[in-house]
Amino acid sequence: MPFIIPSFFKESYMSYIPHTTHEIEQMLEEIGVSSTEDLFDEIPNSLRCDHFNLGAGLNEYQVLRLCGERAKPQQNKLNFIGAGAYEHSIPAAVWDVVGRGEWMTAYTPYQAEASQGTLQLIFEFQTMITQLTGMEVANASLYDGATALAEAVLMAVRSSKQGKRRILIPKSVHPHYREVVRVMTQWQGITLEDIDWDPITGQITNDLKAAPEDALALVLPFPNAFGVLEEVHQWVDWAHDQNLMVIAVVNPMALALFEAPGHWGKTGADIVVGEGQPMGCPLSGGGPYFGFMCTRKSLVRHLPGRIVGRSHDLEGKVAYTLTLQAREQHIRRSKATSNICTNQGLAVSAATVFMSLLGNAGLREIAIASANNARALVAQLQPLGIKPRFTAPYFYEVALQIPSQSEKTAIELSHAVTAQGVHAGLCLETWSKELDDCWLTAVTETKSAEDINTYVRAVENIMHLDRDPQAAIPLSALASCVGITT
Amino acid sequence: MKTIFEKSRSGRRAGAQGAGSLSKTESKNTVNSLPAHLLRKDPVLLPEASELQVVRHYTQLSRRNFSIDTNFYPLGSCTMKYNPRGAHRAAMTSGWVDWHPLSPEESSQGALQTLFELQEALAEVTGMQAVSLTPMAGAQGEFAGVAMIRAYHESRNDHQRQEIIVPAAAHGTNPATAVMCGYKVREIPINASGDVDIDALRAAVGPNTAGLMMTNPSTCGVFERQVAEIAQIVHEVGGLLYYDGANLNAILGQARPGDMGFDVLHLNLHKTFATPHGGGGPGAGPVAANHRLAPFLPIPRVGCDNNKSYFWLTEKDAPQTIGRLSTFQGNFGVLARAFAYIQILGSEGLRQVGEFATLNANYLMARLEKAGFQLAFPNRRATHEFIISFEQEEKKWGVTAMDFAKRLLDFGIHAPTTYFPLLVPECWLIEPTETESKEELDHFVEILIQIRQEAEQDAALLKKAPFTTSVRRVDEVKAAREMILTQPLAEWMLGELSSVPSPN
Repeated sequence: MPFIIPSFFKESYMSYIPHTTHEIEQMLEEIGVSSTEDLFDEIPNSLRCDHFNLGAGLNEYQVLRLCGERAKPQQNKLNFIGAGAYEHSIPAAVWDVVGRGEWMTAYTPYQAEASQGTLQLIFEFQTMITQLTGMEVANASLYDGATALAEAVLMAVRSSKQGKRRILIPKSVHPHYREVVRVMTQWQGITLEDIDWDPITGQITNDLKAAPEDALALVLPFPNAFGVLEEVHQWVDWAHDQNLMVIAVVNPMALALFEAPGHWGKTGADIVVGEGQPMGCPLSGGGPYFGFMCTRKSLVRHLPGRIVGRSHDLEGKVAYTLTLQAREQHIRRSKATSNICTNQGLAVSAATVFMSLLGNAGLREIAIASANNARALVAQLQPLGIKPRFTAPYFYEVALQIPSQSEKTAIELSHAVTAQGVHAGLCLETWSKELDDCWLTAVTETKSAEDINTYVRAVENIMHLDRDPQAAIPLSALASCVGITT
Repeated sequence: MKTIFEKSRSGRRAGAQGAGSLSKTESKNTVNSLPAHLLRKDPVLLPEASELQVVRHYTQLSRRNFSIDTNFYPLGSCTMKYNPRGAHRAAMTSGWVDWHPLSPEESSQGALQTLFELQEALAEVTGMQAVSLTPMAGAQGEFAGVAMIRAYHESRNDHQRQEIIVPAAAHGTNPATAVMCGYKVREIPINASGDVDIDALRAAVGPNTAGLMMTNPSTCGVFERQVAEIAQIVHEVGGLLYYDGANLNAILGQARPGDMGFDVLHLNLHKTFATPHGGGGPGAGPVAANHRLAPFLPIPRVGCDNNKSYFWLTEKDAPQTIGRLSTFQGNFGVLARAFAYIQILGSEGLRQVGEFATLNANYLMARLEKAGFQLAFPNRRATHEFIISFEQEEKKWGVTAMDFAKRLLDFGIHAPTTYFPLLVPECWLIEPTETESKEELDHFVEILIQIRQEAEQDAALLKKAPFTTSVRRVDEVKAAREMILTQPLAEWMLGELSSVPSPN
């Protein structure tokens, strides 16, 4: 039912301004003008605007109700889409603590003495994320995973003593990441060279011999965009033999279970970036999330973004402060390491509380339960002829191939399943024509055996319906499994 | 204060978290099904603490922050105004907070409609034609805008334009952004009254000019009166104008960048549209363009057809787009806050924002001038902010703008922006915002008068300030020299290393 705004609210407005009429008069008198209009007398008249066509304000209740009405159809979907953003459980304490005004409404900690909370938290975050990645140093975060990769490419180029500018980037890196890298680096004279994926295994093709002479770095995804685990030890050794840097792009949740990039191969990755969202950020339509970036201590001066360091105050007490700011735009201007000003402070705060609550044991449980659930779904889809598209092992996300004898294409089948309240996965046709018969499906620890069962029955139902319309399970019975009303 | 690592004890768990429903055997079987050579050999050394310990630790830490909710925060150029709880609640709406960004359009209509209406509202308040919401912060919005200028010139095979002109007082992000877009930066001076030096501008523009980046009101806290002339000069040589929306709060509902002649701009939703700053992000930096630059806006944007059905616009719909700037579609959570804020304020409320932000700044400036503080631009109106200089105090008593700033913290007031813009010596940029009351402003003036008396009588006191904050003045040089950027393991493992559980 559409939501209609009661007429009496249309007259009211609310701008959070505390001034009384009497105070306004006193203030104008102090300034020496007769009205607030006079305060704008330096703006040429021809440039003044008198009103907006945005209608009258609503009160808070009405706005929240409006948002609630709009969000209602989006509730209670059983989501199996990942593709770079993953539904993990978030402990209640995370956003309860981070929702405090002292975290939410503080500014960037430029005044160290008034910002020790934020500064110490970021220092703790830097410690945690370096533990997870096996690296030496980290920054305070970047916007998201894709921009973190773009910044890593720019950083690698800055650090190159020979001025090399060719980056090898596999097509098994998330296509949106590759697009953001292209957009953000296109005017720096950088060449991005694609590497194909193997159509059987889904891993980076194995027929690479020698890297081009002028190549600077290899980007190494783990897991890759199809959820597949790359042979990272082998690739790091190959890259370092060729004098290439390695930029790892990782899902942090995978690192609870799999080897840290700092220990890949004999010598480890040089720069590690990734999307921090799985660590305590809700899906929230794509953001705010945060990108993380770690590296070796020897490369720290090339890092973009904010970094917190530990020091002392004048009484010798431990105190924290932003450090190495001479890399940044507010000091270096056109010679800065990046134009980035912000970090994703609040999202990083959530991740820090998240990692503190879970610890190693909790993260491992989530990683293992997710991997287990993904295998349970794959096993239950096997009888329907739906199976993993690639032969290489996966973590908790998998490309599923819809059998060619299916009446519906992968996209049609996906829409039909969506109508039953299940988001079965991302149709991979949008990424690659060769994969137009595939879904990319993520199964995290949030899914119960019943959820997996509901998924399988929804798909089965559509497939049966196609073959024999009489045999279908009634839609209402199915809908009740996912708690939606039809 | 101890770190969470120092409070950690091996073997302690927070309890309700994790996913402990698998049996040991199931767990083992799953791990065994994964390639052994890729598994982690050592556990991740993260804190091991109880839920109460974690909650108490981060609650106590939070109290070592100044914030808008607890302190007056007149930080110039940052627009630290009240962040309405209603807008926050809107972003937390169930169904939106768990909305997967790649969900099919048919099950995302409410969110898409909201984004579409936000695009329309931002076009209206800026006087532009089209909006993309995807940039995730102001600096990324700047990148988008300058990239669009570049794409526009390139689409016309106009390749000789290699320079971006930036007034000397600009934010550091402006020149840094121009360089990321492959441009050379040409800085032009401003004159004694804070306006752009028009002669220098005329001398700087030419066939190499790709565009000009400008903030208006400028970072000098004054409205650039010659803006129409500046636009004409740049347009005449074929350049385009970029508006840095950092200071939009000052003119909201009073003047629109589109009417001033700007071709493209970004907005800081975390300033003007009341999203909290979160200790340094996340924000959102939507970019708006006129008809000339609209085809180049970043994707995805939201479109709407005749049946009121909403959909994503991608490369297919916008072949000239500069492309994608984020993994998904920007910071929806921040955008939802801005939407709610605009809904609550309405046309008249938004107009009042600019009006009262300006009233508060001019009142504070008038009071400080009468109290004998030196204004950087005494013959100008303040906009939403203004600059005072402690040059006299520094000369007389050796007390710097930074000393004044640190002492102010002792009175529970966050320091204004210090030493920015760089061209005014010993300066503070003060922005009270519209949500502060007259009492708060009067209190600020009284405190400042008191601190100046202290400076005169006991300069050493100010040099040692602050005294009441959780730590005293921090040694920044030591931090940069020692570069301790993570907590060394040995400090917190306390001999517990031997009892670390094995990974499997």
